[in-house]
Amino acid sequence: MDDLVQRFLNGERRALARIISRVENETPEGREYLRALFPHSGKTHTIGITGGAGSGKSTLTGALAAEYRRRGKTVGIAAVDPSSPFTHGAILGDRIRMQDLALDPGVFVRSMAGRGALGGLAPAIDEVVSIMDAFGFDYVVIETVGAGQDEVEIAGTALTTILVNNPGTGDDIQALKAGIIEIADILVVNKADHPGADVLVSQLQALLSLAPKGSRRPPILKTTATRGEGMDALADAIAAHRVELETTGQLEKHRAEDARHQVLSIARAILLEKIRQATPEHELQALVDRVAARQLDPHSAAEELAAAVEQSEPRAIKRRV
Amino acid sequence: MTAPTATKIRVLIAKPGLDGHDRGAKVVARALRDGGCEVIYTGIRQTPEMIAEAALQEDVDVVGLSILSGAHLELFPRVVAELKKRGVDDVLLFCGGIIPDEDTKPLEDLGFSAIFRPGTNTQDIVKFVYEHVTK
Repeated sequence: MDDLVQRFLNGERRALARIISRVENETPEGREYLRALFPHSGKTHTIGITGGAGSGKSTLTGALAAEYRRRGKTVGIAAVDPSSPFTHGAILGDRIRMQDLALDPGVFVRSMAGRGALGGLAPAIDEVVSIMDAFGFDYVVIETVGAGQDEVEIAGTALTTILVNNPGTGDDIQALKAGIIEIADILVVNKADHPGADVLVSQLQALLSLAPKGSRRPPILKTTATRGEGMDALADAIAAHRVELETTGQLEKHRAEDARHQVLSIARAILLEKIRQATPEHELQALVDRVAARQLDPHSAAEELAAAVEQSEPRAIKRRV
Repeated sequence: MTAPTATKIRVLIAKPGLDGHDRGAKVVARALRDGGCEVIYTGIRQTPEMIAEAALQEDVDVVGLSILSGAHLELFPRVVAELKKRGVDDVLLFCGGIIPDEDTKPLEDLGFSAIFRPGTNTQDIVKFVYEHVTK
């Protein structure tokens, strides 16, 4: 393990790729790597890019990374695409839109499958971002699965969240609804060369003007990512958001909330694993069958499962003695 | 079918060279997806350097190359060389497309474990991947 960590710390990209795999697969070895490298993280600026399927997230991610390269910065990209709910396989196609960066030594692109996680992210996204952070990238961009109205988890992971909108995808009532639009630190109207871009910008402006006095109004930027247009202004807006986070004390708050979220979600996974181990599969099936037959309600069944952990723990200790 | 969070076989499907006939590559990518693999598809007109760099960054277990232009004996050795240059020396290699029988031996010598020609049952490709990758 030490050899790979040393190669990682020396900046070897193959070591980075290998460690990401182990972390993504949540192996015990992966947890060791995370433990060793976590102290090196905490310096990068994480940027989340979310929006509907086909809104241009991958192209925008690539164009933004190219802008950062022009500014002499390095970029790690974690791009998530969905896993099949049936076969658990996936087609990861985000790289296709980032070809210009394919051989740039200052950019590292990693495709990740959603593996059933909610929120358009992947189960190990926090860990993979921490590893990229520890590698020393100035920016880590997280591109979500095509999101609908409610995939807000990205705002917890990324310091700056960008919501990508397109002209012609709904009237101003869509923009009035709660959910994903509330988490945007920056609103982008991509495909601005299409008709209706200016209408969408005014609709978004009108919506933002309805917000309570004193609340933050995210900037609205027009981009045509396929031609790299608007990237300079976008990078500037991200930098301005960073300054805002630092001067208002939001940066520390965000980091504290993110840490709390990560710890609790890992604890939840550990507890679930304990529950699964404490109850043999046939007992679980019997319990589930009773719920399906309406003989038992789901809540009582879950309490029975949780109680089994408490009973099994002292037994497990005895067995070891 | 495996559990959603279990370790997955990662496959890179790439098309080196200038032919744009990507239907075969897409069919194979789809079959592997349905077989439970995570398939990174990089699209057409990839240089050997781009393919090798993608294989490195994505840390794939398998690289599958599709080619219909007839330039396989020019391009595939360069892909293999670029992979080696980056220390990516433990991936399973296979290829497919219009590849004459007499080219089988040179490609095998190069390290390709299988050549899938037109008419191949996609299930045979999925089976090949699962039989040769140990995870």
